[in-house]
Amino acid sequence: MKFLAYLVSGISLGSIYAIIALGYTMVYGIAKMLNFAHGDVIMIGGYVSYLAAKNLGASPLVSVLIAMAVCTVLGITIEALAYRPLRSAPSLAVLITAIGVSYFLQNSALLIWGANPKAYTPVISGTLQLFDGQLSVSYISILTVACCIVIMVGLTLFTGKTKMGKAMRACSEDKGAAQLMGINVNRTISLTFAIGSALAAIAGALLCSFSPALMPTTGSMPGIKAFTAAVFGGIGSIPGAFLGGILLGVIEALARAYISTQLSNSIVFAVLIIVLLVRPAGLLGKYTQEKV
Amino acid sequence: MKKLSKGARTDLLTYAGVIIAFIIVSVLKANGGLNRSQTGLLVPICCYIVMAVSLNLTVGILGDLSLGHAGFMSVGAFSGIITAMSLANVIPSAPVRLMLAMIVGAFFAAVIGFLIGIPVLRLTGDYLAIVTLAFGEIIKELITCLLVGVDSEGLHIIFNVSGSKTANDLNLLEGGKVIIKGAQGATGTKTIASFTAGFILIMITLVIVQNLIRSRQGRAIMAVRDNRIAAESVGINVTKYKMMAFVTSAALAGAAGALFGLNYSNLAATKFDFNTSILVLVFVVLGGLGNIWGSIIATVVLYILPEALRGFASYRMLIYAIVLIVVMLTTNNPVLKTWREELRSKFGKNKNKEAKDA
Repeated sequence: MKFLAYLVSGISLGSIYAIIALGYTMVYGIAKMLNFAHGDVIMIGGYVSYLAAKNLGASPLVSVLIAMAVCTVLGITIEALAYRPLRSAPSLAVLITAIGVSYFLQNSALLIWGANPKAYTPVISGTLQLFDGQLSVSYISILTVACCIVIMVGLTLFTGKTKMGKAMRACSEDKGAAQLMGINVNRTISLTFAIGSALAAIAGALLCSFSPALMPTTGSMPGIKAFTAAVFGGIGSIPGAFLGGILLGVIEALARAYISTQLSNSIVFAVLIIVLLVRPAGLLGKYTQEKV
Repeated sequence: MKKLSKGARTDLLTYAGVIIAFIIVSVLKANGGLNRSQTGLLVPICCYIVMAVSLNLTVGILGDLSLGHAGFMSVGAFSGIITAMSLANVIPSAPVRLMLAMIVGAFFAAVIGFLIGIPVLRLTGDYLAIVTLAFGEIIKELITCLLVGVDSEGLHIIFNVSGSKTANDLNLLEGGKVIIKGAQGATGTKTIASFTAGFILIMITLVIVQNLIRSRQGRAIMAVRDNRIAAESVGINVTKYKMMAFVTSAALAGAAGALFGLNYSNLAATKFDFNTSILVLVFVVLGGLGNIWGSIIATVVLYILPEALRGFASYRMLIYAIVLIVVMLTTNNPVLKTWREELRSKFGKNKNKEAKDA
């Protein structure tokens, strides 16, 4: 029973990682850049939904919707101001700019909302008792897993079936050729950032419902973990991000419970390294042979 | 000077610049031209210069993005602190102890670099970056679990996996001293680092790195960076040269870490986290990839910038972020780039071609 409880907490933690990783992987797939500011968009999403609930008295759902709207605008703005001018620049230059944006968001949050942690009210409370109360699953865990699955399925359908999704795949394959086929590359990339940032807002609300202390640095560590999850599953692949996120969460929860609390992150990273050595492109990533 | 090649001239100018800067700062320091907070910055700046130059070897010369450079600094720092503290009674002279600490720090960082290099250097691109990040975090957590003490019987080391052990479990004899206290890190370290030692370390680093770059091995490393397959086809042992650059870089970072560690009486392993690795990477990229003196100047400017902005109080990190973004946007702006190149070709020096080749 204890094992099941750990497993459930691992899956729900992993679902949050998966939602963040989906945002990471979409942006990486299309823009070929590591968006280090993604974790901080999560934090902004958390703050916005917190303020909406506190100051406007909005219901949890409305507060998350407001956060999604704000983060979408934020994501598009960041892309247009900071990343678009660097489209042809070397990838390291873009990476450093993303780091700059990350610092900027963190320090803006620090100036506006202060360093003191805010107590976030979970979007949903209460627990579900199973097996005569031996296993209790909080509703927030169930909601998180459900959200994650819905988002994953939605994104798969979107990229697979719709015209915009097709345009996205075309851009990630070859930007020049996509442009020649009449695809507006800039608009497609903006859309990807919009989707990624909206997902980040949802992840922010869910993350803060789990660990209610909201700080300007809240997003950094989950951001790095989610990035790891995206690589773990094969970066650029949507089912890969989902699988990577869930596995990462489960490994972390089990390692914390059975091996060592202090070394849980190390164990997660060690597993990642071993996986990458066996499968250099991640679990579900496409391994492309180098052509001479 | 005419006979010297362009590369050798740049090297000499770099040495000269560092020496002149050292003399000016030393004179200022002796005459009281620097206040206390400025003097406190000197040793960390030296450490970060060595960090940036050594990371430039991995990122700029070898062409592999490493996000875990702070991990090597951490290994160097704590092995250096253990060395210096445990030899405190044996070797009374502080500079000798400092030198030994830096050598030990460099040695351990090189060993760790070699071990990490075996798996890491088989990967490429973003996968390599994420694995170096992972190793950096693992090193940080492992050191957080470390308890080390010293007494007349020698070193006592406990690896505190469960998190339940404390310094008392080291069973130190009377007169023993705890050096590293797990999550608290090293406490009560005697601060023996000095600005002169920092200067000497920078000079040694420059000699090693610049000579490596100009040597046959350095050209092989750069060939691997530019085209791995072509390099392999002319008989260059890719793994060997990658490992050479990676281990050299790790060893230098370890020496810098030892100096850094002995500059503070209290130092926790969390100081050397992902953000520190990123900070050094920012120095390297802003200074120019593969450009050694660029790394030095970028480190000095960017390290002093937040201090210089102290007048803006809480806005300083915000301004730092904006400066970072604006610098990246302007240096990579295509319009400005062509304009700069036109200016250069107009004034005859024809650096144009060289800039493109570099």
